[in-house]
This record gives sequence, structure tokens and C-alpha cells, in this order.
Amino acid sequence: MSNALELRDLHVSIAGSHVLQGVSFDVPEGGVTALLGRNGVGKTTTLRAILGLVPSTGGIQLLGHDIAGWSTHLIVRLGVGYVPENRDVFSKLTVDENLRLAEAGTEARYDDVYSLFPELKERGKQLAGTLSGGQQQMLSIARAMLNKRALLLVDEPSKGLAPRIVSEFAAVIETAAKQSTVLLVEQNLRVVKRLAQRIIVLDHGEVVHTGDADDLNDDLLVRRLLGVAGAA
Amino acid sequence: MSAFLVITFSGLALGAIYFLAASGLSLIYGLMDILNFAHGLFMTLGAYAGYEVAVHLTSSLGAPASLTLAILASILGGAIAAGITEVFLIRPLYGRPVSQILVTIGLDLAVVGLLMGGFGSSSLQIPVPTWLLLATHVGSLNLPNASFLALGAGVIVLLVLEWFLRRTRYGIIIRAGVENREMVSALGIDVGRAFTLVFVIGGAMAGLAGLLYSLVFSGDLVSPAQGDSLLIFAFIVVVIGGLGSIRGSAVAALIVGLLQDYTSFYIGGHQGWAEIGNLSVVLLLAVVLEWRPRGLFGSVA
Repeated sequence: MSNALELRDLHVSIAGSHVLQGVSFDVPEGGVTALLGRNGVGKTTTLRAILGLVPSTGGIQLLGHDIAGWSTHLIVRLGVGYVPENRDVFSKLTVDENLRLAEAGTEARYDDVYSLFPELKERGKQLAGTLSGGQQQMLSIARAMLNKRALLLVDEPSKGLAPRIVSEFAAVIETAAKQSTVLLVEQNLRVVKRLAQRIIVLDHGEVVHTGDADDLNDDLLVRRLLGVAGAA
Repeated sequence: MSAFLVITFSGLALGAIYFLAASGLSLIYGLMDILNFAHGLFMTLGAYAGYEVAVHLTSSLGAPASLTLAILASILGGAIAAGITEVFLIRPLYGRPVSQILVTIGLDLAVVGLLMGGFGSSSLQIPVPTWLLLATHVGSLNLPNASFLALGAGVIVLLVLEWFLRRTRYGIIIRAGVENREMVSALGIDVGRAFTLVFVIGGAMAGLAGLLYSLVFSGDLVSPAQGDSLLIFAFIVVVIGGLGSIRGSAVAALIVGLLQDYTSFYIGGHQGWAEIGNLSVVLLLAVVLEWRPRGLFGSVA
């Protein structure tokens, strides 16, 4: 199996703080790889470094391209979808306009997106800023999935959502993973266990564990790496 | 009562020119976080481009046709100047706001100096058609034709700009970029291209504002420093309207234009109060900043 993404000795410093201190890992093509770790260990920064949103040093091989130093829009055009941690929908734009921005050429798959999130079609003329948190998350994921993507970077999709809605989003990501490789940052271990085949654990800006998602069944390991009791 | 209506009309015309001067500035700051002190230069260059065309074409084409071409030249002149500035001076300095401010101030000083060297520091007369100097009778009022020109241009630009920002993909990109530039890039969109476009649009409107100000409020005269004095009011309008908001700029420009003309007419005639028009605008700015620090329509973080 070839890799969709390879990071080698990735370093990122933000405002004098050395956030990533030589991160190296591979994300194989297909399925869901979860990037785990306690708060502040550099998970979101890793995704942002992959996208070129923060300056980094080290090697990033994405879909067969060495993308170190590339502009964000060129990296995304290789076939990367991004669901940011805070959704980052454009609040003063309508739902339709938010989706229109994500169009890339003639590939836009509105039918697929609307079948996953019919509510977005009904609320097309509504300003995104007036949507609920769950609806904004739908829009954020829909934007990332509107075009065919080889790799989806999904940052804490369950954050701040009710358990019932979290389950719905997990189902959507499961669907997405049938067509794209997914690198998922997630704190909710129940969701990770449901979705991920592989896990990568960060601590203090370094990779401290890589393995199968089955490792999450080892309570001792989970407590040591993530500082929480394993989810049932 | 008729004096009040005439002053209102004049204030609206002044507001239209302030809108043209300010809206580009507002978009540039809203999208790019750039305080563009060269914006006044774009106004001046637009006015000079219009002057050059009018001077050289009036004898062969007649004043009406040459005025039309002069207006187009002012738009083109401002747009080209802004495009060159963005590509060669601003783009290498993204993320360095202090350097951008210094470069735009330096560019303004240098080119205004060149204009003085080339055209002299005195004002130059733009040849205009006679009808532009006359007034139109509306009821019992005599309203200057030049003010109609400014108001018409302001309304047309506002409508075109609203259409562009709401209906076209690039317009939506610009509105999104004002809100969250980073996320626009993360959708695979080249924000740098939008930056250049916004600069060019802003420059075009500034160039038009520069020429119209000469035609409506400056006795058809152009001078090297006129853009800089207009820029001060453009900045005030941007702050009052809210950074990045075109509608805010439009409303603020009309408020500022009306206030300036009302106070100048009703109070400025008294001894020692000649500058009350300008002072009232600054006081309004202070009140708005105290009451709504992000401006009337502003919500950009």
C-alpha cells in the first residue's frame, strides 16, 4: 500500500514556541488514520503545516509531490479537503455562496453533498452565521467533500456537538473514507474507535506512538498516551 | 428652504466622491490588512490622466467626447497605477505592515514630486464642456450639472460594485476573504489574485474620484497634492463606515458629505468658523469611534 502523506522531521515554531519538534509519520492510502494527543500537543498545527498555513521545515510528501514551501491553494488543488477545528464557515455569506466558493472546476458533487446533508439545500439562502453549530459543521464538511478529494484533513468534527449529532457526523466521515483517505484529529475516543484503522499519537510536539486502532483497547496505553481512561 | 435643498444636493455629490475614494480603500484594508497611503496618489494620477486626455483631445473631438474619454482615462489611470503598485511594491511585502505603510507613503511622496517636476506645482485647468459649468433648473432650484455627474457616477459605481460583490465568483471570494482570508486559501483559491483585483478596482474608483473632485469641487483644476487631501476624508469615511464594508462606506460618505456642507454653509460663514466643515467631520469620527469602534457597518475582527 502506498502512502497518501509522508511527514519527515517536521518542525514548526509559532511566536517563539517550538510546537512541532521533528514530527514524522506516514498516512497510507485509504481509510481513516487518527491523529491523537492531549490538548496543545500540536495536532491542529500538524494539519495546518501540511496545508502550508503555518511556516514549517522538514519534508512533506503529499500524493507523490514534495510540497514543502508550496502555497496553500496549490496544495489544496492536489486534492486535499480541509475541515478546520472551528468550522470557519463564512458567516456573512449564504450557505450556497459558501459551497460555491469550494467549487473546483466542473467536478462539484452537489447531489452527493445534498444527499448527505439535505438541510443545506433547504437553507441555501440562509446566512451561514445564523446556522446552528451542527449545521455549520455540516457546511464545513460539505465544502471539503464537494469536490473529489484524495485526502481529507478533518480537525475535531465532534467538538461542541451533542452526542446524537456526533454519531451522524461519524457516519458521514465513514462514507467519505470510502472515497478518500482521511486524516482525523479527534478527542472523542468513541468516534476514533468507530472510524479509524490506524492511530498516531503526538506528545510535546513529537510522535510517541503509531499503531492499529486496536491499540485503543489497551486502557493502560491510552491512559499513558492520552491521559484519559479508554472509552467503552 | 431652497438653500437647504441646494446644500443637501451639494453634500450628496461630495458624499458620492468620498464614496468613490473610500470604497476601494475599505476593500483593500478589509481583504489585505493594508493601510494604503498611496491611495491618494491613485486619485491624483487619475485626475492627471483625465486632464491629459481632455487637453489633447478637446480640439479634435470636442469637449463632450473628450470629457467622456477623460473619465475613462481617469479610471484606467488609477487602475494601472494601483495594479503596478500591488504587483511590484506591495506583494513582496505581505505580512510586513510597517514596510507596506512606509513604501506607500514613500511612493506617494516620490510620484507627487515627479508630477510637480513634470507639470509644475500650480493647478492646471481641465477643458470641459460648457454644460458642465451650468446648472439645471429643478422646480425653483438651480442644481449644478457637475454635481449630477458626481452623483450619477457614485450611484452607478455602487450598483456595479454591489452586483460584482454579490453575483460574481470573484466578488464572493473578496467578501469571503475580508472575513477569513486563510480559509479562502484552504479552499484552493489563489487569494493573491484577488488581492491584485481588489487593488485594481480600488485604484480605478480612486482615479475616477480624483477627476470628479476636480470637476465638481475644485473649479476644473488638477494639482499634485489634491489626492492627499481627499485621502484624509476617505480614511475617515472608511473608519466611520466600517473596514471592508462597501455599504458602510456608502452610508458614511453621504453622512460626511452632508455634515461637511451643512456646517460649512450654516456655521462656516461666521468669522473664525471657516474650517467648521472639516472640524465637524473629525468630531463625528470621534463620536463614532467612541460609540461603535468598528464603525457603523463594521464587524471585521
